[in-house]
Amino acid sequence: MQIHDKPALKAEARSFNFFYGEVQALKNINMPIYDKKVTALIGPSGCGKSTYLRSFNRMHDLYPGNRYEGEIRFHPDNTNLLSPEVDPIEVRMRVGMVFQKPNPFPKTIYENVAYGLRVRGERNKRVLDDKVEHALKGAAIWGEVKDRLQDLAPNLSGGQQQRLCIARALATDPELLLFDEPTSALDPIATGAIEELVHELKKRVTILIVTHNMQQAARVSDYTAYMYLGEMIEFGKTDEIFIKPQDKRTEDYITGRHG
Amino acid sequence: MNDTQHLSSQFDEDLARLRTSVLQMGGLVETQVAEAIAAYDKGDIASVKHIVETDRKINDLEKAIDDDCAHLIAKRQPAASDLRLVFGISKIVTDLERAGDEAKKIAKGVRRIYEAGQMPAQYGVGVRHIAEAALAMVRDSLDAFARLDVVLAEKVIRSDEGVDIEFKSIVRQLITHMMEDPRTITTSLDIIWIARAVERIGDHAKNVAEHVVFIVEGKDIRHPPKEAKA
Repeated sequence: MQIHDKPALKAEARSFNFFYGEVQALKNINMPIYDKKVTALIGPSGCGKSTYLRSFNRMHDLYPGNRYEGEIRFHPDNTNLLSPEVDPIEVRMRVGMVFQKPNPFPKTIYENVAYGLRVRGERNKRVLDDKVEHALKGAAIWGEVKDRLQDLAPNLSGGQQQRLCIARALATDPELLLFDEPTSALDPIATGAIEELVHELKKRVTILIVTHNMQQAARVSDYTAYMYLGEMIEFGKTDEIFIKPQDKRTEDYITGRHG
Repeated sequence: MNDTQHLSSQFDEDLARLRTSVLQMGGLVETQVAEAIAAYDKGDIASVKHIVETDRKINDLEKAIDDDCAHLIAKRQPAASDLRLVFGISKIVTDLERAGDEAKKIAKGVRRIYEAGQMPAQYGVGVRHIAEAALAMVRDSLDAFARLDVVLAEKVIRSDEGVDIEFKSIVRQLITHMMEDPRTITTSLDIIWIARAVERIGDHAKNVAEHVVFIVEGKDIRHPPKEAKA
């Protein structure tokens, strides 16, 4: 049993602050992200959990006036993801993202998954075929689409589209996957499929997931962080957070006593 | 415990009702134990029937409370302190129900003794003494639950050892008694059964107290390792 061993670190926020212009959205966040574990971020709307998640693949670079302070260290190479010398495109190759609403490109299923590989300059048809199949299998959707890879992706059901987006994110072999409320637009069956998938995926990739669904956080994650008003209130093992949280504010939130 | 209200007032009401039902059930068990002890003391065989009837009510309450717990879990998915409360209650009612069963055993043993024309008082005061201790444990464990009072719960847990020790001493005394005069064997055995039931009531009260500690602190203090016991 590994109960007493701390898993290896995949990433680590150190004294991390984030500003939307003048507004400070995240305040002095210090938090480990453990390798090949699922970490859930929970908290009421506006607490900064999505802002925090998006910092990991430098999404905020897309808008002027946004500013990072502190570090997000990425292991094993100890790169500071936020450093201006680090190319955000490189970061996004290593850190994939899946959004709340499935957002497949208006292209074929095959091209959706192959897209990131083509951006990387992969031209070899055999390699592309292999990687597309591998990614679709990884996202547990291969069986449903293998006979219609040339169909348009937007024609898939919502749950299938979301798994396709996961396959697209997996195609470039990321080390960290970010999920921003990946099931809030899905029905319970499709949600179950995604949760099952998260469980499978953590064998090969580290996962950071934002969810409004407390039971989902309890089900899928190994670690949970509760955020409130831009601060990290409590971080701990999911089992402990949901049975006996240390902070009253965490307790109030997860027991439904708090907006 | 968390006194802040839920966003759903219905949820607060459900939890409050659950707690009230447990206290109601605990009150019945407490009365039942007290009546069983009184019957032992005074030979009041008429109250035996009443004790058996109360036991049926207790059984019904146990089922109703467990059912409420299941519904609450299904509807509300309680977490943290709420989860511990519901989970703890479901265990507490099991122990209360079993304590009630033991009280029923005492009552039936008392009836056998008196019907045989014997007087328990001839067999020493030990049983009476641990019965009072066990009854106090039941009362305190219920108070600890009502007030979610860990200090009182821990007191209940500590007092169980005294009851256990005294039970063993009663058994030794009665064995001597039986060896001296084999005609007392039948009644002595009945008294041992009664003392045993009393001792079990103490155990159940201790379990209730342990569940209270779990509800309040999230710590499972059952079955401590030997060295930690002292």
